[in-house]
Amino acid sequence: MTTLLETRGLTKRFGGAHVINGIDFRIDAGEIRCVIGPNGAGKSTFFKLLTGEHRPTSGSIAFLGQDLSHVLPHRRIRMGMSIKFQIPGVFPELTVREHLQLGLHRAGPQAQALESLLEQFNLEPEADVLAANLSHGKKQWLEIALAVSLRPKLLFLDEPVAGMSVEETYATGELILRLREQGLTIMVVDHDMTFVKQIASRVTVLHGGRLFADGPLAEILARDDVAEIYLGKRK
Amino acid sequence: MDRLSFAPAGRPNARRILLLAAPWVLAFLLPLAADDVTTGNLAYCLVWAFTALGLALMWGHGGILSFGQTAFFGISGYTYGIVTLNYGEAWTSSWGGLLVGLAASIVVAFLLGYMIFYGKIRGVFIGILTLSVTLVLETFMAQTAGPQWAVGEARLNGFNGMSGMPPLAVPWPGDPIFIEGNAFYYLVLAMLAIAYVLSRRMLHSPFGLSLAAIRENPQRAEMLGIDIRKHQMLVFVAGCGLAGLSGALYTIWGSYITPSSMGLTAAAMPVIWVATAGRKSLGGVIVGTAILVWLSQSLAIYGSQYALILMGAILLFVVLAAPEGLLPGVLKHARRLGALAGRKPAPAPGTGQGRQS
Repeated sequence: MTTLLETRGLTKRFGGAHVINGIDFRIDAGEIRCVIGPNGAGKSTFFKLLTGEHRPTSGSIAFLGQDLSHVLPHRRIRMGMSIKFQIPGVFPELTVREHLQLGLHRAGPQAQALESLLEQFNLEPEADVLAANLSHGKKQWLEIALAVSLRPKLLFLDEPVAGMSVEETYATGELILRLREQGLTIMVVDHDMTFVKQIASRVTVLHGGRLFADGPLAEILARDDVAEIYLGKRK
Repeated sequence: MDRLSFAPAGRPNARRILLLAAPWVLAFLLPLAADDVTTGNLAYCLVWAFTALGLALMWGHGGILSFGQTAFFGISGYTYGIVTLNYGEAWTSSWGGLLVGLAASIVVAFLLGYMIFYGKIRGVFIGILTLSVTLVLETFMAQTAGPQWAVGEARLNGFNGMSGMPPLAVPWPGDPIFIEGNAFYYLVLAMLAIAYVLSRRMLHSPFGLSLAAIRENPQRAEMLGIDIRKHQMLVFVAGCGLAGLSGALYTIWGSYITPSSMGLTAAAMPVIWVATAGRKSLGGVIVGTAILVWLSQSLAIYGSQYALILMGAILLFVVLAAPEGLLPGVLKHARRLGALAGRKPAPAPGTGQGRQS
């Protein structure tokens, strides 16, 4: 199995606060990895370290065997990473079509056709609508479509179903599963356990800035200590 | 690869083409109905449109508010003076002066842009920095009155500025022919048309779309693999280069250049023109700038303070009543009224219809 992303001893301190503590983590090609954890576990910081928004205090991150320590965020994207942010960061004055044109152009000549992306993400009716005027759910889908339009090797999704209805959440889960079938490796950070159960092949649990548990979905969900720290209860 | 476009899918309609072409046709025909003095004044108005066009690219489309257009205007103007006063009236000297002036403004823009964008200076601080640059240049040039301040034969002359620069010339058996009067007007108009077309092409290219993404949300744009510093620097250099072209043409038009062309009042003018005309509308900015400069010139006969007061009042009105600019605001309301009168549905709210540039 090809390792796409690997961190070794990844640590991040803000002043005296140790937010991420020596995390060893690995994602293999073809999996959907869900990163979960209670509030304050360090999920967002961990995510930002992987995408290059934050620089690690110590430790290393490697993508396809290449060290990312000094690689700027936009260069990480060009290497094959792609990101969907928690808060939709769409461009208000660009239409849906222009968003995807932007992504497809950056992906180069082998890019997926625009119309196919519109269809896949159910955005055809809004193709010429300004992103500012989309519903929250559609904005989230546009964000994911934009990230997919770059034809990444590894797709990061930060809380992709935040603020979505139950139906939209389920549809998004189905969409993510189809993307995996198309050969995409996906890492998802999310709170919604129903959604995590729908899509995850492996789960990583962060707690107190440390890697608390890591393994197949069923194995992680069966652990009492995970239930205790994540749900705050004892079985 | 398909060319990216801001424009909605489909072919531009005849009305839109007419709207785009009408000002150019009018500008082409104006000298036929005007005397030499009026044509000269019209050329003066068009000369400033390059500066405004450059700022519209930077500010309206790149999200970079610069008060430094006049710095590049001055650099290019002074360089034209230095070259032509040293090398004479030959056509090679005048055209060489124009090119060297343009190159000087581009090189300085590149250096300043590198410091700004790779130094992570953002937002309002870019405005402060560029304003400082133009004011420092004005102050420096104003104290170059002594004979020691000369480049070869060209005296810088402090606050009085440089004068006596020759116009552009074309080679001809015997003496060269100078490009003056109507010929100069048409040369400026042709250059402006080329600058407009190239600017539009730039905005309707993948580069333009990336630029729009950076303007809307730089952090997100970076996460699409866009090198935001490089894009911002390039549009900054392009905008400053247009200001440089303005400066050289201004020096050619009036045969003089003074430090006050880089002063506070001069630096504020392009911002007022572009804000008033509509910073995202390149065509609107050209037309609006020409009209506002004409208005300023006309009022300046009665006292320059009247023109400044009027410019300030126009800016206040526009900011309050039509923040997107006067011309786009008027067009938007006209479209609504037209749709109501013709019972024709206006473009759906929130669609990309009617996107400017």
